[in-house]
Amino acid sequence: MESAAGALRKTPLNAVHRASGAKMVDFGGWDMPVQYTGILDEHAVVRNRVGLFDVSHMGELEIRGPQALELVNWVSCNDASKLQVGQAHYSGLILENGGFVDDILVHKFADDHFFLCVNASNQDKDFEHVQKQGSDRGFDATVENIGPTLSQIAVQGPRAVETLQKLTATPLAPIGYYWFTTGEVSGAPATIARTGYTGEDGFEIYVPNSEAPRLWNELLTAGEEFGVKPAGLGARNTLRLEAAMALYGHEITDELNPLEAGLSWIVKFNKGEFLGKRKLEEIKAAGLKRKLCGFKMTGRGIGRDGYEIQIDGSPAGWVTSGGPGPTVNLNIGLCYLPIEQAKTGQPIQVMIRNQAVDAEVIATPFYKRAK
Amino acid sequence: MYPTNYKYTKEHEWILVEGHTGTIGITDHAQQELGDIVYVDLPKPGTAVEVGKALGSVESVKAVSDIYSPVTGEILESNTELAAAPEKLNADPHGEAWLVKVKLASLAEVDGLMSATDYQAYLGE
Repeated sequence: MESAAGALRKTPLNAVHRASGAKMVDFGGWDMPVQYTGILDEHAVVRNRVGLFDVSHMGELEIRGPQALELVNWVSCNDASKLQVGQAHYSGLILENGGFVDDILVHKFADDHFFLCVNASNQDKDFEHVQKQGSDRGFDATVENIGPTLSQIAVQGPRAVETLQKLTATPLAPIGYYWFTTGEVSGAPATIARTGYTGEDGFEIYVPNSEAPRLWNELLTAGEEFGVKPAGLGARNTLRLEAAMALYGHEITDELNPLEAGLSWIVKFNKGEFLGKRKLEEIKAAGLKRKLCGFKMTGRGIGRDGYEIQIDGSPAGWVTSGGPGPTVNLNIGLCYLPIEQAKTGQPIQVMIRNQAVDAEVIATPFYKRAK
Repeated sequence: MYPTNYKYTKEHEWILVEGHTGTIGITDHAQQELGDIVYVDLPKPGTAVEVGKALGSVESVKAVSDIYSPVTGEILESNTELAAAPEKLNADPHGEAWLVKVKLASLAEVDGLMSATDYQAYLGE
Protein backbone atom coordinates (compact mmCIF):
# COMPACT_ATOMS: atom_id res chain seq x y z
CA MET A 1 0.00 0.00 0.00
CA GLU A 2 1.49 3.30 -1.09
CA SER A 3 0.61 6.09 1.24
CA ALA A 4 -0.51 9.42 -0.14
CA ALA A 5 -0.48 12.46 2.10
CA GLY A 6 -3.13 12.04 4.75
CA ALA A 7 -3.24 8.29 4.16
CA LEU A 8 -0.44 7.18 6.44
CA ARG A 9 -0.42 3.62 7.66
CA LYS A 10 -1.38 3.27 11.30
CA THR A 11 -0.62 0.67 13.93
CA PRO A 12 -3.42 -0.65 16.15
CA LEU A 13 -1.98 1.58 18.89
CA ASN A 14 -2.33 4.80 16.90
CA ALA A 15 -5.36 6.08 18.84
CA VAL A 16 -3.64 5.24 22.13
CA HIS A 17 -0.60 7.33 21.17
CA ARG A 18 -2.71 10.25 20.02
CA ALA A 19 -4.79 10.17 23.19
CA SER A 20 -1.62 10.27 25.29
CA GLY A 21 -0.44 13.43 23.55
CA ALA A 22 2.46 11.86 21.66
CA LYS A 23 4.08 13.89 18.92
CA MET A 24 3.41 11.97 15.73
CA VAL A 25 5.52 11.95 12.56
CA ASP A 26 5.46 10.40 9.13
CA PHE A 27 8.02 7.62 9.47
CA GLY A 28 8.44 5.96 6.09
CA GLY A 29 4.73 6.21 5.40
CA TRP A 30 3.68 5.29 8.95
CA ASP A 31 2.05 7.66 11.42
CA MET A 32 4.30 6.95 14.41
CA PRO A 33 5.07 8.54 17.80
CA VAL A 34 8.47 10.23 17.75
CA GLN A 35 8.19 11.22 21.41
CA TYR A 36 5.78 11.36 24.32
CA THR A 37 7.44 13.41 27.05
CA GLY A 38 10.79 14.11 25.39
CA ILE A 39 13.53 12.11 23.72
CA LEU A 40 16.12 12.61 26.47
CA ASP A 41 13.69 11.63 29.20
CA GLU A 42 12.54 8.53 27.32
CA HIS A 43 16.14 7.59 26.54
CA ALA A 44 17.03 7.76 30.25
CA VAL A 45 13.92 5.79 31.23
CA VAL A 46 14.99 2.90 28.99
CA ARG A 47 18.58 2.99 30.26
CA ASN A 48 17.59 3.17 33.93
CA ARG A 49 14.10 1.71 34.26
CA VAL A 50 11.83 0.37 31.53
CA GLY A 51 10.31 1.79 28.36
CA LEU A 52 7.56 0.57 26.03
CA PHE A 53 7.87 0.97 22.28
CA ASP A 54 5.16 0.40 19.73
CA VAL A 55 7.04 -1.27 16.88
CA SER A 56 3.99 -2.73 15.23
CA HIS A 57 5.04 -1.11 11.98
CA MET A 58 7.79 -3.71 11.70
CA GLY A 59 7.09 -6.51 9.24
CA GLU A 60 6.90 -10.23 9.88
CA LEU A 61 7.30 -13.02 7.35
CA GLU A 62 6.59 -16.65 8.04
CA ILE A 63 8.39 -19.35 6.08
CA ARG A 64 7.07 -22.87 6.34
CA GLY A 65 7.61 -26.17 4.59
CA PRO A 66 10.08 -29.04 4.20
CA GLN A 67 12.64 -26.66 2.65
CA ALA A 68 12.00 -23.64 4.87
CA LEU A 69 15.56 -23.82 6.18
CA GLU A 70 17.02 -24.06 2.67
CA LEU A 71 15.09 -20.98 1.58
CA VAL A 72 16.10 -18.97 4.66
CA ASN A 73 19.71 -19.98 4.18
CA TRP A 74 19.61 -19.06 0.49
CA VAL A 75 18.22 -15.54 0.99
CA SER A 76 20.12 -14.64 4.19
CA CYS A 77 23.83 -14.59 4.97
CA ASN A 78 23.86 -15.96 8.53
CA ASP A 79 23.59 -19.72 9.00
CA ALA A 80 20.07 -20.60 10.12
CA SER A 81 21.02 -24.30 10.31
CA LYS A 82 22.86 -23.41 13.52
CA LEU A 83 19.68 -22.15 15.19
CA GLN A 84 17.91 -24.36 17.69
CA VAL A 85 14.15 -24.30 18.07
CA GLY A 86 13.38 -21.20 20.14
CA GLN A 87 16.54 -19.39 19.11
CA ALA A 88 16.88 -16.24 17.01
CA HIS A 89 19.70 -14.45 15.26
CA TYR A 90 20.50 -11.27 13.39
CA SER A 91 21.05 -11.67 9.68
CA GLY A 92 20.86 -9.93 6.31
CA LEU A 93 18.82 -10.48 3.18
CA ILE A 94 21.57 -10.04 0.62
CA LEU A 95 21.43 -9.04 -3.03
CA GLU A 96 23.53 -10.59 -5.77
CA ASN A 97 25.79 -7.48 -5.62
CA GLY A 98 26.50 -8.13 -1.94
CA GLY A 99 24.35 -5.20 -0.72
CA PHE A 100 21.40 -5.48 1.60
CA VAL A 101 17.76 -6.00 0.73
CA ASP A 102 17.24 -5.60 4.47
CA ASP A 103 18.57 -6.60 7.85
CA ILE A 104 16.40 -9.08 9.72
CA LEU A 105 15.92 -11.23 12.78
CA VAL A 106 15.44 -14.93 12.04
CA HIS A 107 13.51 -16.97 14.60
CA LYS A 108 13.36 -20.76 14.39
CA PHE A 109 9.99 -22.12 15.53
CA ALA A 110 10.53 -25.63 14.14
CA ASP A 111 12.67 -27.40 11.56
CA ASP A 112 10.07 -26.48 8.94
CA HIS A 113 8.98 -23.10 10.35
CA PHE A 114 10.94 -19.84 10.49
CA PHE A 115 9.76 -16.36 11.38
CA LEU A 116 11.49 -13.25 10.06
CA CYS A 117 11.16 -9.83 11.65
CA VAL A 118 11.93 -7.21 8.98
CA ASN A 119 11.99 -3.43 8.68
CA ALA A 120 8.69 -1.58 8.31
CA SER A 121 9.51 0.26 5.13
CA ASN A 122 11.04 -2.85 3.51
CA GLN A 123 8.38 -5.40 4.36
CA ASP A 124 6.60 -5.47 1.01
CA LYS A 125 9.88 -5.56 -0.89
CA ASP A 126 11.24 -8.28 1.41
CA PHE A 127 8.13 -10.41 1.05
CA GLU A 128 8.26 -10.23 -2.76
CA HIS A 129 12.00 -10.91 -2.75
CA VAL A 130 11.85 -13.99 -0.53
CA GLN A 131 8.79 -15.32 -2.32
CA LYS A 132 10.41 -14.85 -5.74
CA GLN A 133 13.65 -16.50 -4.65
CA GLY A 134 11.66 -19.39 -3.23
CA SER A 135 9.76 -20.02 -6.44
CA ASP A 136 12.70 -19.28 -8.78
CA ARG A 137 14.87 -21.77 -6.94
CA GLY A 138 12.03 -24.26 -6.56
CA PHE A 139 12.23 -24.57 -2.78
CA ASP A 140 9.39 -26.52 -1.20
CA ALA A 141 8.42 -23.73 1.20
CA THR A 142 5.69 -21.12 1.50
CA VAL A 143 6.20 -17.48 2.41
CA GLU A 144 3.46 -15.57 4.16
CA ASN A 145 3.40 -11.89 5.04
CA ILE A 146 1.81 -11.90 8.49
CA GLY A 147 2.88 -8.36 9.37
CA PRO A 148 -0.58 -6.88 8.84
CA THR A 149 -2.06 -9.21 11.48
CA LEU A 150 0.59 -8.78 14.16
CA SER A 151 1.48 -6.02 16.56
CA GLN A 152 4.87 -5.79 18.19
CA ILE A 153 5.60 -4.15 21.52
CA ALA A 154 9.18 -3.79 22.76
CA VAL A 155 9.62 -3.76 26.54
CA GLN A 156 13.17 -2.53 27.10
CA GLY A 157 15.29 -1.64 30.07
CA PRO A 158 16.71 -3.09 33.29
CA ARG A 159 13.20 -3.48 34.77
CA ALA A 160 11.73 -5.14 31.65
CA VAL A 161 11.76 -8.66 33.10
CA GLU A 162 9.90 -7.62 36.24
CA THR A 163 7.37 -5.60 34.27
CA LEU A 164 6.51 -8.28 31.73
CA GLN A 165 6.64 -11.09 34.29
CA LYS A 166 3.62 -9.60 36.07
CA LEU A 167 1.51 -10.32 32.98
CA THR A 168 2.68 -13.80 32.01
CA ALA A 169 2.99 -17.24 33.60
CA THR A 170 5.91 -18.00 31.26
CA PRO A 171 9.10 -17.82 33.33
CA LEU A 172 11.10 -15.03 31.68
CA ALA A 173 14.40 -15.24 33.54
CA PRO A 174 15.42 -18.52 31.83
CA ILE A 175 14.92 -17.05 28.34
CA GLY A 176 18.43 -16.27 27.11
CA TYR A 177 19.43 -13.28 25.01
CA TYR A 178 18.28 -13.94 21.44
CA TRP A 179 16.02 -16.82 22.50
CA PHE A 180 12.23 -16.76 22.43
CA THR A 181 9.19 -18.73 23.47
CA THR A 182 5.48 -18.75 22.84
CA GLY A 183 3.01 -18.26 25.64
CA GLU A 184 0.39 -15.87 26.83
CA VAL A 185 0.67 -12.29 27.96
CA SER A 186 -2.40 -11.40 29.98
CA GLY A 187 -4.38 -14.08 28.19
CA ALA A 188 -3.30 -13.07 24.69
CA PRO A 189 -1.29 -15.53 22.59
CA ALA A 190 2.21 -14.09 22.25
CA THR A 191 5.67 -14.77 20.94
CA ILE A 192 8.04 -13.49 23.61
CA ALA A 193 11.57 -12.85 22.34
CA ARG A 194 14.47 -11.59 24.43
CA THR A 195 15.66 -9.25 21.70
CA GLY A 196 15.80 -5.50 21.25
CA TYR A 197 17.23 -2.47 19.55
CA THR A 198 18.30 -0.38 22.51
CA GLY A 199 21.42 -1.96 24.00
CA GLU A 200 19.41 -2.88 27.10
CA ASP A 201 17.91 -6.11 28.35
CA GLY A 202 14.32 -6.58 27.30
CA PHE A 203 11.74 -8.29 25.19
CA GLU A 204 9.96 -7.89 21.90
CA ILE A 205 6.50 -9.42 22.05
CA TYR A 206 4.39 -10.25 19.02
CA VAL A 207 0.63 -10.34 19.59
CA PRO A 208 -2.55 -10.26 17.48
CA ASN A 209 -3.54 -6.71 16.51
CA SER A 210 -6.81 -6.87 18.44
CA GLU A 211 -4.94 -7.45 21.73
CA ALA A 212 -2.35 -4.68 21.34
CA PRO A 213 -4.16 -1.69 22.90
CA ARG A 214 -5.21 -3.70 25.96
CA LEU A 215 -1.70 -5.13 26.46
CA TRP A 216 -0.09 -1.73 26.00
CA ASN A 217 -2.21 -0.29 28.77
CA GLU A 218 -1.72 -3.31 31.02
CA LEU A 219 2.06 -3.10 30.55
CA LEU A 220 1.97 0.56 31.54
CA THR A 221 0.06 -0.35 34.68
CA ALA A 222 2.26 -3.36 35.46
CA GLY A 223 5.41 -1.29 35.07
CA GLU A 224 4.19 1.67 37.06
CA GLU A 225 6.05 0.58 40.20
CA PHE A 226 9.26 0.33 38.14
CA GLY A 227 8.83 3.74 36.50
CA VAL A 228 7.74 2.58 33.05
CA LYS A 229 7.03 5.12 30.32
CA PRO A 230 6.16 4.88 26.64
CA ALA A 231 9.11 5.74 24.41
CA GLY A 232 9.03 6.91 20.81
CA LEU A 233 11.10 6.52 17.69
CA GLY A 234 13.32 9.44 18.70
CA ALA A 235 14.63 7.61 21.77
CA ARG A 236 14.73 4.36 19.82
CA ASN A 237 17.21 6.03 17.49
CA THR A 238 19.47 7.55 20.16
CA LEU A 239 19.46 4.25 22.06
CA ARG A 240 20.39 2.14 19.05
CA LEU A 241 23.03 4.67 17.99
CA GLU A 242 24.76 4.43 21.38
CA ALA A 243 24.64 0.65 21.01
CA ALA A 244 26.04 1.10 17.45
CA MET A 245 23.29 -1.01 15.89
CA ALA A 246 22.79 -0.58 12.17
CA LEU A 247 19.74 1.13 10.69
CA TYR A 248 18.68 0.22 7.17
CA GLY A 249 19.05 3.16 4.80
CA HIS A 250 21.91 4.53 6.90
CA GLU A 251 24.71 2.09 7.83
CA ILE A 252 23.43 -0.53 5.41
CA THR A 253 21.73 -0.10 2.03
CA ASP A 254 21.40 -1.96 -1.25
CA GLU A 255 24.83 -0.59 -2.14
CA LEU A 256 26.65 -1.26 1.13
CA ASN A 257 27.70 -4.77 2.05
CA PRO A 258 27.89 -6.48 5.45
CA LEU A 259 31.68 -6.78 5.37
CA GLU A 260 32.30 -3.04 5.20
CA ALA A 261 29.42 -2.44 7.64
CA GLY A 262 31.37 -4.37 10.30
CA LEU A 263 28.89 -7.24 10.10
CA SER A 264 31.19 -10.00 8.85
CA TRP A 265 30.07 -11.97 11.92
CA ILE A 266 26.70 -12.54 10.21
CA VAL A 267 28.28 -13.70 6.92
CA LYS A 268 28.85 -17.46 7.04
CA PHE A 269 30.85 -18.30 3.92
CA ASN A 270 31.19 -21.93 4.94
CA LYS A 271 27.48 -22.71 5.10
CA GLY A 272 26.98 -23.43 1.39
CA GLU A 273 25.63 -21.30 -1.44
CA PHE A 274 23.57 -18.20 -0.74
CA LEU A 275 22.49 -15.19 -2.72
CA GLY A 276 25.32 -12.66 -2.89
CA LYS A 277 27.94 -15.08 -1.60
CA ARG A 278 30.04 -15.01 -4.77
CA LYS A 279 30.20 -11.22 -4.77
CA LEU A 280 30.99 -11.05 -1.05
CA GLU A 281 33.83 -13.54 -1.57
CA GLU A 282 35.21 -11.37 -4.35
CA ILE A 283 34.97 -8.27 -2.16
CA LYS A 284 36.71 -10.05 0.68
CA ALA A 285 39.46 -11.41 -1.60
CA ALA A 286 40.05 -7.98 -3.16
CA GLY A 287 40.23 -6.39 0.30
CA LEU A 288 37.77 -3.89 1.75
CA LYS A 289 38.02 -0.32 0.49
CA ARG A 290 36.08 1.32 3.30
CA LYS A 291 34.75 0.46 6.71
CA LEU A 292 32.09 1.65 9.12
CA CYS A 293 33.62 3.39 12.15
CA GLY A 294 32.39 5.12 15.28
CA PHE A 295 33.40 8.69 16.02
CA LYS A 296 33.03 11.26 18.74
CA MET A 297 33.03 14.98 18.16
CA THR A 298 36.00 16.66 19.83
CA GLY A 299 35.16 20.13 18.49
CA ARG A 300 31.90 21.96 19.10
CA GLY A 301 29.08 20.64 16.96
CA ILE A 302 27.03 17.60 16.13
CA GLY A 303 27.83 15.46 13.11
CA ARG A 304 24.58 14.35 11.56
CA ASP A 305 23.34 11.85 9.00
CA GLY A 306 24.75 12.56 5.55
CA TYR A 307 27.43 15.06 6.58
CA GLU A 308 30.75 14.75 4.75
CA ILE A 309 33.87 13.56 6.54
CA GLN A 310 37.22 15.05 5.61
CA ILE A 311 40.72 14.04 6.53
CA ASP A 312 43.46 16.65 6.07
CA GLY A 313 41.13 18.77 3.97
CA SER A 314 40.08 16.07 1.51
CA PRO A 315 36.73 14.27 1.32
CA ALA A 316 37.12 10.87 2.97
CA GLY A 317 33.66 9.56 3.79
CA TRP A 318 30.25 10.37 5.22
CA VAL A 319 28.25 10.17 8.41
CA THR A 320 25.62 7.42 8.27
CA SER A 321 24.01 8.30 11.62
CA GLY A 322 25.02 10.97 14.07
CA GLY A 323 23.67 12.89 17.01
CA PRO A 324 23.89 13.32 20.72
CA GLY A 325 24.56 10.23 22.83
CA PRO A 326 22.66 11.12 26.00
CA THR A 327 24.01 8.32 28.19
CA VAL A 328 27.63 8.48 27.02
CA ASN A 329 27.36 12.26 27.13
CA LEU A 330 29.19 12.74 23.84
CA ASN A 331 28.15 13.78 20.38
CA ILE A 332 28.67 10.55 18.48
CA GLY A 333 28.13 8.98 15.12
CA LEU A 334 28.87 6.23 12.68
CA CYS A 335 30.65 6.91 9.41
CA TYR A 336 32.31 5.24 6.47
CA LEU A 337 36.04 5.86 6.11
CA PRO A 338 38.73 4.57 3.76
CA ILE A 339 40.14 1.35 5.17
CA GLU A 340 43.56 2.94 5.80
CA GLN A 341 42.04 5.54 8.10
CA ALA A 342 39.46 3.28 9.73
CA LYS A 343 41.27 2.95 13.03
CA THR A 344 40.69 4.07 16.58
CA GLY A 345 42.31 7.40 17.36
CA GLN A 346 42.28 8.62 13.74
CA PRO A 347 41.57 12.37 13.69
CA ILE A 348 38.80 13.31 11.24
CA GLN A 349 36.79 16.41 10.46
CA VAL A 350 33.04 16.48 10.07
CA MET A 351 31.79 19.12 7.65
CA ILE A 352 29.06 20.85 9.63
CA ARG A 353 27.40 23.51 7.55
CA ASN A 354 30.62 24.22 5.59
CA GLN A 355 32.80 24.24 8.70
CA ALA A 356 35.31 21.48 9.37
CA VAL A 357 34.79 20.41 12.99
CA ASP A 358 37.21 18.03 14.69
CA ALA A 359 36.24 14.52 15.60
CA GLU A 360 38.04 11.29 16.36
CA VAL A 361 37.46 7.65 15.51
CA ILE A 362 36.57 5.66 18.64
CA ALA A 363 35.65 2.05 19.35
CA THR A 364 32.03 0.86 19.21
CA PRO A 365 29.61 0.23 20.76
CA PHE A 366 29.65 3.63 22.40
CA TYR A 367 27.49 2.22 25.18
CA LYS A 368 27.53 -1.25 26.65
CA ARG A 369 25.30 -2.21 29.54
CA ALA A 370 26.78 -3.75 32.67
CA LYS A 371 25.98 -7.48 32.67
CA MET B 1 2.12 32.90 27.18
CA TYR B 2 3.44 35.21 24.42
CA PRO B 3 4.63 38.54 25.86
CA THR B 4 2.71 41.43 24.33
CA ASN B 5 5.76 43.70 24.23
CA TYR B 6 7.58 41.26 21.89
CA LYS B 7 7.25 41.04 18.10
CA TYR B 8 7.21 37.70 16.28
CA THR B 9 8.27 36.20 12.96
CA LYS B 10 6.69 33.48 10.86
CA GLU B 11 9.86 31.45 11.49
CA HIS B 12 9.08 31.53 15.23
CA GLU B 13 11.62 34.02 16.51
CA TRP B 14 10.74 36.85 18.86
CA ILE B 15 12.36 40.25 19.29
CA LEU B 16 12.10 42.75 22.11
CA VAL B 17 13.10 46.25 21.06
CA GLU B 18 14.43 48.68 23.65
CA GLY B 19 15.83 51.85 22.14
CA HIS B 20 17.96 50.70 19.22
CA THR B 21 18.74 47.33 20.79
CA GLY B 22 16.80 44.21 19.91
CA THR B 23 16.89 41.07 22.03
CA ILE B 24 16.14 37.98 19.94
CA GLY B 25 15.00 34.52 20.92
CA ILE B 26 12.90 31.61 19.72
CA THR B 27 9.28 31.19 20.70
CA ASP B 28 7.75 28.68 23.03
CA HIS B 29 6.07 27.11 20.02
CA ALA B 30 9.50 26.70 18.38
CA GLN B 31 11.02 24.97 21.39
CA GLN B 32 8.03 22.66 21.66
CA GLU B 33 8.33 21.70 18.01
CA LEU B 34 12.07 21.14 18.31
CA GLY B 35 11.92 19.04 21.45
CA ASP B 36 14.98 18.64 23.67
CA ILE B 37 17.52 21.25 22.61
CA VAL B 38 21.09 20.02 22.92
CA TYR B 39 23.22 22.54 21.08
CA VAL B 40 23.14 26.24 20.25
CA ASP B 41 25.41 27.98 17.75
CA LEU B 42 25.43 31.77 18.02
CA PRO B 43 27.43 34.51 16.28
CA LYS B 44 30.18 36.50 17.98
CA PRO B 45 29.73 40.16 18.93
CA GLY B 46 30.46 42.38 15.96
CA THR B 47 28.98 40.00 13.41
CA ALA B 48 26.68 41.66 10.88
CA VAL B 49 23.25 40.09 10.57
CA GLU B 50 20.68 40.61 7.86
CA VAL B 51 16.92 40.37 8.07
CA GLY B 52 15.66 36.97 6.96
CA LYS B 53 19.16 35.44 6.92
CA ALA B 54 20.36 32.75 9.31
CA LEU B 55 22.19 34.19 12.28
CA GLY B 56 22.85 30.89 14.00
CA SER B 57 21.28 27.55 14.72
CA VAL B 58 19.73 25.48 17.44
CA GLU B 59 19.85 21.71 17.46
CA SER B 60 17.49 19.30 19.08
CA VAL B 61 18.23 15.63 19.53
CA LYS B 62 16.77 15.00 16.11
CA ALA B 63 17.52 17.99 13.92
CA VAL B 64 19.23 21.29 13.21
CA SER B 65 17.17 24.46 12.77
CA ASP B 66 18.38 27.81 11.54
CA ILE B 67 17.54 30.91 13.50
CA TYR B 68 16.57 33.68 11.08
CA SER B 69 17.29 37.22 12.06
CA PRO B 70 14.12 39.33 12.33
CA VAL B 71 16.20 42.45 11.68
CA THR B 72 19.34 43.84 10.07
CA GLY B 73 22.08 45.00 12.38
CA GLU B 74 25.14 44.03 14.34
CA ILE B 75 25.50 41.50 17.15
CA LEU B 76 26.20 43.22 20.47
CA GLU B 77 26.13 40.16 22.66
CA SER B 78 25.22 36.49 22.50
CA ASN B 79 23.92 34.44 25.40
CA THR B 80 27.03 32.45 26.24
CA GLU B 81 25.31 30.58 29.07
CA LEU B 82 23.37 28.56 26.53
CA ALA B 83 26.50 26.76 25.33
CA ALA B 84 26.74 24.89 28.63
CA ALA B 85 22.99 24.76 29.28
CA PRO B 86 21.07 24.57 25.99
CA GLU B 87 18.14 22.96 27.82
CA LYS B 88 17.30 26.43 29.15
CA LEU B 89 15.82 27.06 25.71
CA ASN B 90 13.16 24.47 26.49
CA ALA B 91 12.56 25.80 29.97
CA ASP B 92 12.45 29.56 29.44
CA PRO B 93 12.56 30.52 25.75
CA HIS B 94 10.98 33.95 26.26
CA GLY B 95 13.17 34.93 29.18
CA GLU B 96 16.46 33.60 30.48
CA ALA B 97 17.22 31.77 27.22
CA TRP B 98 17.35 34.79 24.92
CA LEU B 99 19.86 34.19 22.12
CA VAL B 100 21.43 37.46 20.97
CA LYS B 101 21.24 41.21 21.37
CA VAL B 102 21.45 43.21 18.15
CA LYS B 103 22.08 46.87 17.39
CA LEU B 104 19.28 47.64 14.96
CA ALA B 105 20.06 49.28 11.62
CA SER B 106 16.45 50.39 11.20
CA LEU B 107 13.53 50.51 13.60
CA ALA B 108 11.12 50.36 10.65
CA GLU B 109 11.91 46.69 10.04
CA VAL B 110 10.27 45.79 13.33
CA ASP B 111 6.94 47.31 12.26
CA GLY B 112 6.42 44.52 9.74
CA LEU B 113 6.56 41.79 12.42
CA MET B 114 3.60 40.18 14.14
CA SER B 115 2.17 41.21 17.49
CA ALA B 116 1.56 38.54 20.14
CA THR B 117 -2.10 38.40 19.14
CA ASP B 118 -1.24 38.07 15.45
CA TYR B 119 1.35 35.40 16.20
CA GLN B 120 -1.09 33.33 18.22
CA ALA B 121 -3.61 33.63 15.41
CA TYR B 122 -0.86 32.56 13.01
CA LEU B 123 -0.24 29.49 15.17
CA GLY B 124 -3.95 28.79 15.12
CA GLU B 125 -4.27 29.04 18.88
